Amino acid sequence: MEQNTISSNISNGTMKTGSHEAMVKAKIETIREDSLRPTRVWGKSTKLFLGFLFCVAGWGLFAYVYQCIHGLGATAMRNYVSWGLYISTFVFFIGISHSGTLVSAILRITKQEWRRPITRSAELMTFVSLLFGGIMPILDLGRPDRLQNLVIHGRLQSPLIWDVICISTYFVGSTMFLYLPMIPDMALCRDRLPEGSSKFKKWIYTKLAIGWTGTTSQWHRLEKLMNIMTIIIIPIAVSVHTVVSYIFAMTLRPGWDSTVFGPYFVAGALYSGSATVIIAMAVFRKLYGLEKYITPRHFDLMGKIVLVLTLVYAYLNLNEYWIPAYKMTTSEGHLLKDLFYGTYSKVFWTLQFGTVLLPIVIMSIPKGRRIKPLIFACIVIVIGAWIKRYIIVVPTLLHPYMPIQQVPTDWSSYFPNWVEWSVTFGALSGIFIVITLFSKLFPMMAVWEVEEGVEIDEDKLLAIEIRDKRAAEKRGDISAPIAAN
Amino acid sequence: MWRKYTVHPKFITMENGSEKTQDEIPNSNRRNFLKIGLLTSGAVAVGSLGIQKLFSKDETGKGGVKTIVHTNDGKVYEANTAHMKECEVTPVSNEEARRGIPGKKFVMVIDEAKCDGCKKCTEACQSMHYIPSDREWIKVFKMQDSESTQPYFFPKPCFHCDNPPCTKVCPVNATFKRQDGIVLVDNERCIGCRSCMAACPYSTRFFNWTRPENPPAMAGITYSPEQGFPRKVGTVEKCDFCPHMAREGKLPACVSGCPMNAIYFGDQNEDAVTNSSGVTVRLSQLLEDNAGYRHLEELGTEPRVYYLPAKNRKYPKPEMNGKEEKHAEKKASTEMSGMNM
Repeated sequence: MEQNTISSNISNGTMKTGSHEAMVKAKIETIREDSLRPTRVWGKSTKLFLGFLFCVAGWGLFAYVYQCIHGLGATAMRNYVSWGLYISTFVFFIGISHSGTLVSAILRITKQEWRRPITRSAELMTFVSLLFGGIMPILDLGRPDRLQNLVIHGRLQSPLIWDVICISTYFVGSTMFLYLPMIPDMALCRDRLPEGSSKFKKWIYTKLAIGWTGTTSQWHRLEKLMNIMTIIIIPIAVSVHTVVSYIFAMTLRPGWDSTVFGPYFVAGALYSGSATVIIAMAVFRKLYGLEKYITPRHFDLMGKIVLVLTLVYAYLNLNEYWIPAYKMTTSEGHLLKDLFYGTYSKVFWTLQFGTVLLPIVIMSIPKGRRIKPLIFACIVIVIGAWIKRYIIVVPTLLHPYMPIQQVPTDWSSYFPNWVEWSVTFGALSGIFIVITLFSKLFPMMAVWEVEEGVEIDEDKLLAIEIRDKRAAEKRGDISAPIAAN
Repeated sequence: MWRKYTVHPKFITMENGSEKTQDEIPNSNRRNFLKIGLLTSGAVAVGSLGIQKLFSKDETGKGGVKTIVHTNDGKVYEANTAHMKECEVTPVSNEEARRGIPGKKFVMVIDEAKCDGCKKCTEACQSMHYIPSDREWIKVFKMQDSESTQPYFFPKPCFHCDNPPCTKVCPVNATFKRQDGIVLVDNERCIGCRSCMAACPYSTRFFNWTRPENPPAMAGITYSPEQGFPRKVGTVEKCDFCPHMAREGKLPACVSGCPMNAIYFGDQNEDAVTNSSGVTVRLSQLLEDNAGYRHLEELGTEPRVYYLPAKNRKYPKPEMNGKEEKHAEKKASTEMSGMNM
């Protein structure tokens, strides 16, 4: 509706707006074509990439079937380290899923105009990482065949059930959040489907457009729904990572028994998630020739956001480790010593300096927020976030209250074996498969939102022009307006 | 093992029998199945079928003798034993296993002063529950709280906490706290998420990582959470305080297997605990006289296992191989890896 009112304002504008109207129309036309172009061609490299991904995913599937046949003993997990790579990856993927909410919802609420070209990729990240993040704990189950017990015998007192509820709610919410702004674009795809396109494409665009014709009432309803979703999705997103942390924080284990875990996980999720958005922005920009729309300014602004979130995360990190380190209570002390100067010290300090402090330094410098150094910082952040999850999960399990005595040697250490790596990378390639297919089928920019942005920009320009003209008139004919007053 | 008891006119024989679930027994009332003792020939548990048959038919039994039976709800009946054959004790139903034994509050006391670390308790437990060699439901730790304090042996079963962190986090109620204080696992419901293992601060729970080999002796046994087998892949198991023994009024395997009389087991409601030599003492007196304590009391889990400190130790203290075994250091595995594997 906003779009329509603006357009009508422009077209009804009595001043010399003809040139503006033409300009806006031309711009909109280019946006549409630029956004739709990637959906029309399937390059050889895309096919090769997809083929590779399907191979990895297939191998992962094989490893999972192997695990199902032989039991979880096929993994490197044993009785002390009873959670490993799967649960770490689960927490990591759920963390990445916070990107969409942040960029899309928070920037929408604060009416940040520059968000327009990047919302779609952010929301897509949320959708896929939640999809596969939600699958990870199922891959980790000893009895996936009894999954239905969660519904039949579910206990609301269990943090795991909170996870099931929050993640599924967030999944439905973020799917809607991705889909709603896609409706007008689906109609666009449907209407502009080139001759000779496959029936499948026509079918899917028509179905997904759900009869969108762009009437005022449709725009009005879309706008209303988007407003509601924008507000609802933020607390849901916060709840999701809070309850993910509760799986750990609700235990008595040294290192997990922490009151800061909720906000700590949320901050960690936002920082890794927004870094992922920057990487996705860079990739889509390059691959689909969106340089005109996703500009260095976008990277600079997103860089500032990631910087702030990294600082928040670093602050919580300090609280998480400095407070127990000051007291060095018995059991927590054993864990911290192992982290600070024991088995995990190299990884721990590399994470602290390399993936928290270094990105902060890079992003604090304006030059560091140029595209290349920023992408470097973000890749470091994302990989660091993954390893950090591992460092949260595994060392704690190796430092129980009871001493580890008289157990088989492989119980007292842990490193993921080929089954876990295969399944995890299988899931990761699943994420890439969905992203690739999605981006080959649907425009990776929210076309109408970008158009709206152009119109608002043009409108501002127009307003400035009108104001300038008025001022000129005032200067030229000073008596008339005053006399009128 | 669940056994079938056949009542004969003059004497009682006991034999291993094939298993029948209660559903297969006509007219059986699973909730109120009765254990009856024969007054004339000693207390023996028989199933409800005997009672049901007993009173549903007429009194003209062929070749039986009259006898008096009393039920565990305190009633006394006269009956003809000819009607009392084919009585079976079946594993308790799932609901019953979840409810526990009425009126009981099981409690264990372990005397560190008497424990010489012989691990006979572990052996007895392993053989009763057919536990694979990679895990020990009751495990004898060598403990030393600090360098200047004396080391001691520390047999550790499941503590069956009154504020159990493990049952709280279970998403499907597969592990549960019973009214008699026992915490059990239902391996037919467990989904294998291992939340309980993460939640237990005492590393008491074990996971069936691979397909367990169920020995032939267990073949054909109907599963009940009270006996823990047959084991199932992808599920959690742990010390269960031998509730099937408690139902027969017997001590758990570790208690009766302890040659040092170091482990006591009993009912807190009765304020009485018994050790392997059959000595029954007042629980409150035992704890008071020996300054009983619970391990990691500060965690607030309210364990049902008490320890008596190793004061005036009767046996040599454990040899500590350097510092590494004292606390939760991962080094401990090096020397141990060969043990009991």
